[in-house]
Amino acid sequence: MSERDVVLEVEDLKVEFDTYGGIVHAVRGVSFQVRQGETLAIVGESGCGKSVTMQSIMGLIPMPPGRITSGTAMYRGQDLIRNKYLGGRDIRGSAIGMVFQDPMTSLNPTMTIGDQIAETLQVHRGFSKSQALARAVELIAMVRIPDAAKRASQYPFEFSGGMLQRSMIAMSLACEPSILIADEPTTALDVTIQAQILDLLMDLQKEKGMAIVLITHDLGVVARMADDVMVMYAGEIVESGTIDDVFYRGAHPYTMGLRAAMPSRELGARQRLTPIDGSPPDLFSPPSGCGYFARCPQAMRMCQAQHPYLMSVGTAHHSRCWLQHPDSTRQVPGLSIPHLGSVPVQS
Amino acid sequence: MSETPAPILVEAIGLTKFFNIGRGQIVHAVDNVSLQVHEREIVGLVGETGSGKSTLGKALIGLHDKTSGSVRYRGQTLPLKYGPEDFREQAKRAQMIFQDPYSSLNPRMTVGEIIGEGLKLNSSTSANDVREQVAEWLRRVGLEPDHMSRYPHEFSGGQRQRIGIARALIMGPEFVVCDEPISALDVSVQAQVINLLDDLKASMGLTLLFIAHDLSMVRYVSDRVAVMYLGSLVEIGPANKVFFEPKHPYTQLLVGSNPEPDPRTEHRRRSTLIKGEIPSPINVPAGCRFANRCPHVMDVCRQVTPILHVPKDETVSDRQVACHLY
Repeated sequence: MSERDVVLEVEDLKVEFDTYGGIVHAVRGVSFQVRQGETLAIVGESGCGKSVTMQSIMGLIPMPPGRITSGTAMYRGQDLIRNKYLGGRDIRGSAIGMVFQDPMTSLNPTMTIGDQIAETLQVHRGFSKSQALARAVELIAMVRIPDAAKRASQYPFEFSGGMLQRSMIAMSLACEPSILIADEPTTALDVTIQAQILDLLMDLQKEKGMAIVLITHDLGVVARMADDVMVMYAGEIVESGTIDDVFYRGAHPYTMGLRAAMPSRELGARQRLTPIDGSPPDLFSPPSGCGYFARCPQAMRMCQAQHPYLMSVGTAHHSRCWLQHPDSTRQVPGLSIPHLGSVPVQS
Repeated sequence: MSETPAPILVEAIGLTKFFNIGRGQIVHAVDNVSLQVHEREIVGLVGETGSGKSTLGKALIGLHDKTSGSVRYRGQTLPLKYGPEDFREQAKRAQMIFQDPYSSLNPRMTVGEIIGEGLKLNSSTSANDVREQVAEWLRRVGLEPDHMSRYPHEFSGGQRQRIGIARALIMGPEFVVCDEPISALDVSVQAQVINLLDDLKASMGLTLLFIAHDLSMVRYVSDRVAVMYLGSLVEIGPANKVFFEPKHPYTQLLVGSNPEPDPRTEHRRRSTLIKGEIPSPINVPAGCRFANRCPHVMDVCRQVTPILHVPKDETVSDRQVACHLY
């Protein structure tokens, strides 16, 4: 992990939701850092809390029923959980930009694309309408939409899915944010368009030096984009580290399970996938021990009783698994997935 | 891939499905597609949104009328437009598993009613027997028989997809069109559903048309893969061949865009060479449909529509490409 400046530092974030069924403990104590110019990928399945984590930092969860019960998110010496304004201006949409999953429903269908991008600049930067529109056209060109001037005066229905996502990126970058949060930015797109959007994000990051927080469930996208990876399960981080740590020196049975459940290039046609049996735990009453206990092929008795903490397994590599405890007598799990071959274990 | 070619189960010959959307505009959803599916084979069908893969799947089993061309089932030509009798007849042979396990199950019906409905309508099975078979199928797809009286909203996405599978297979079909059966599911659950389909395929001797856009999964699941672009097939061949040595420039683009869960592979990957997006399927021009995005485009491509043929440099004739380069 490099020594670049930390732009966002989140400590012990906990988020709950009141529902008719009781309180859902959606995020249960998440801490992480985002570094300038780097991409942090948050990976996990539906309902693991990856989106809620970033949405609660951005103040995008409805409260009530949502509630942030603990935690800080420090951005330039200021806690974003408590104060979203810096120098009298809302940091959301200016210092921190956000790209949402579904570009078809996240844009206003009754405003032209140019106006929607210009609005950001008028609100956050105090541009005049004509200044903002001129800049919007430049931004549309920057995300490589041909014919920018003409496109700026068109409505979302006249755009394809890929171009709408480009427009969303243009909008989120209008105020030159230092952090861009991309929540499943390519999930609704076809692979060829996905590849174009990922290329665009990487190029823009190189150009502008912004940090990217990429929320996704697709390990292929992670492998392509991320510098650091954080794997979430049942509202917690179960493993975090550099991309190589997590992909080649995986130290949590859940991470290993996800890899084994996907067909890899090496997997022959008649070998079977190894699914993760069962389903994630109920977050109304999270288990007192390890959240992954019920599905874990390496589970031990203590995993049910004792909640594991994030243990250090490398320089910047952590795993929330009792097998990684110095006193554990068992070998680190799952590192020889049949079709992936064995992976050298870092002590 | 089976060594001795099994008899052909389903065959599309020049299958065409146009949608007239008014004002003289015609959507060429499926245009002159010929495809053979052999008994007990899994054929993967890949392509982008709007390439016509779902329309082709539905037209094969009669859920869409055909504009022209024909579909043969065990050599017997099926009608262009199904009547009620045809549906009843075909329901026993061909079934479909749908993409979205949320919208494809009627929320007002119990799981037992959903799974048993086909049997009730299409055979003289008594209500009691239907119940027994539903219970049996719930077990076979990994659910509990007492789930029969519950409603779809009580189940997770993976469980709903199992219900969808039970509904299709209880009829004892030979041919099943799986329309993106796993794309709405999480990775860990996808493997569960794929393994279930694999077991059922083996025990029932099923023939599958597996429609998906996840290339890695299609390669893993299928014996042969067919690639569609704007309503026509551009390449078809053994799964590993199409995936690892793609011939058609579009297949190359598709495979080259597919991210692998391996950082070393990904960091070596060059950025995408082909720009642009899939054009509209309305009133498509003559010639190769990929011509305006193709990096190897030649004059002939804009005039002559390429047809599927075995490439000249191919030693075995198990792959076909619709491209003037080969």
